[in-house]
Amino acid sequence: MAEKTMMKGTEAMGEAAIRCGARLYFGYPITPQSELPEYMSRRLPQVDGNFLQAESEVAAVNMIYGAACTGTRVFTSTSSPGFSLMMEGVSYIAGAELPAVFINVVRGGPGLGDIQPAQSDYFQATKGGGHGDYHLIVLSPSTLQEAVEHIELAFDLSDKYRTPALILADGMLGQMMEPVELPEFKDLESLPKHDSWSLTGMGNREKHIVTSFDINADVLEQMNIRFQKTYREIERNETRCEEFMMDDAQYAVVAYGTMGRIMKTVVKMARDEGIKLGLIRPITVWPFPYDTISDAAEKVEFMMTVEMSVGQMWEDVRLAVGKKIPTPFYGRTGGVVPTPVEIFEALKKQMEVK
Amino acid sequence: MQAKVILKRPESLTDKEFTYCPGCLHGVAHRLVAEVLDELNLRRKTIMVAPVGCSVFAYEFFNVDGTVAPHGRATAVATGIKRAMGPEKTVFTYQGDGDLAAIGTAETIHTANRGEKVTTIFINNAIYGMTGGQMAPTTLEGMKTTTSPYGRNVDDAGYPIHVCELLQNLKGVAYLERVSLLDPRGIVNAKKALKKAFTAQEKGLGYSLVEMISTCPTNWGLSPVESLKWAKDKMLPEFPLGVFVDRVGDVK
Repeated sequence: MAEKTMMKGTEAMGEAAIRCGARLYFGYPITPQSELPEYMSRRLPQVDGNFLQAESEVAAVNMIYGAACTGTRVFTSTSSPGFSLMMEGVSYIAGAELPAVFINVVRGGPGLGDIQPAQSDYFQATKGGGHGDYHLIVLSPSTLQEAVEHIELAFDLSDKYRTPALILADGMLGQMMEPVELPEFKDLESLPKHDSWSLTGMGNREKHIVTSFDINADVLEQMNIRFQKTYREIERNETRCEEFMMDDAQYAVVAYGTMGRIMKTVVKMARDEGIKLGLIRPITVWPFPYDTISDAAEKVEFMMTVEMSVGQMWEDVRLAVGKKIPTPFYGRTGGVVPTPVEIFEALKKQMEVK
Repeated sequence: MQAKVILKRPESLTDKEFTYCPGCLHGVAHRLVAEVLDELNLRRKTIMVAPVGCSVFAYEFFNVDGTVAPHGRATAVATGIKRAMGPEKTVFTYQGDGDLAAIGTAETIHTANRGEKVTTIFINNAIYGMTGGQMAPTTLEGMKTTTSPYGRNVDDAGYPIHVCELLQNLKGVAYLERVSLLDPRGIVNAKKALKKAFTAQEKGLGYSLVEMISTCPTNWGLSPVESLKWAKDKMLPEFPLGVFVDRVGDVK
């Protein structure tokens, strides 16, 4: 087993991206993830890579678009307001079926909000965000170890499905330090080839065109139908979810990312008091594990959603559960991270209601 | 008697019919760019970035690899392509005045300032063509458009922006010239400017841009011939032709 290194979240994700073969980074500083562009500016020249601090997130995402057009592995990172600025470009990248990886270290919103951890960009991440009928593959790590593993997975899935992928992190994951086992350095020659469509100059082949564009509505509809086919395939193959102490659970909570991690503590607190609580932790929030949650709703008495928002994933949980059982919600927002004790109190109240 | 080819379509243009209006000078600009790509033997290593605007389909007309950028972001996309591919490949953007000097101003200035080794062909006809004749950043004072129906009032809408004059003091710029497509002499000169601009990129000297004073008969409400005269009379005094930056030197 490889050695573990003590690293800050943002830097661990940056190093993981390099090890996965990314040699290009375009980004713009924004708290709480500025350590990531700083890290890339130090590290990329050491591995013959190229770091560029763009003039804005708008420029950065279009540099990503350009680099992705050449079939080169490329990624960027930002935080909530910056990701909002990138939305137009993300929509183009999805529409042009380009592989690229984004990291959103989510902070409190809306507007300028604050710089504390939040999960209030769930709608933006999972329901499209930009214009048009598209989805990103959205991975939500709950530990730094999972975050570095998700970087590798994001690049691989993005290449495989020619769909941009997003790591939906939060300020907690970005700023915390913990030991991580980093992936091995990938041989750049082993990365997937995109010779059949990428823009590299014609050489001796016919010209390639990459766009998200067709002025003919019937053709554009066909393009969209093709995207939807890919999305269904992703839903079938890539939906990921952790079930924690669900085997004998009488009550269940659903939480993702940092909140999912905190909920494990709450589950243990409950178990110590003899309460059979279990956790469903979506790892992909798009595609969302509707089936797992729907099946679990047959066995438990209620399904509580806990988020660092006023309830965005809650909508998907209610969609999965329907009217089978109560679907209460507990959340704090604006950058407030709820404590295990206050969540446990909220859970106990719900048990009394029942 | 044996037929002899004395003029033909450049290799760097496809046989796709242009979508431009009668009298529009995009066709002239396209041909010049294509001839230069041919003559410098760049076609097979070139990647182009089309804009949003009338020339949104330019990637169909040039016989090179190509994409379309979001409105205004062509030079950011070109930056990503060039950084990914390295100095061996040639990258150019083709942009209009609204794209380059309104919505894309930040990208234009910063790409130039970084000395990004890409080339921009900038078509200035003082109006938005594709969207139907609205005011552009380069619209002349007093000029009527669909969003300046009483004529551009500079107290309200500001002044026509001079892109070359803005960029000329940025140290990343290697070649910068304003030319016109309004008569044969202007066209011959425009081709020379393009050659220097692409040479600047090939030599890795920095960013290069050629601004071409052009027309829009359809949205100006003039015939093609009238529009050439109007551009000469009205636009050239506002946008004087000339070389603003030349770090290339003599080119054959």
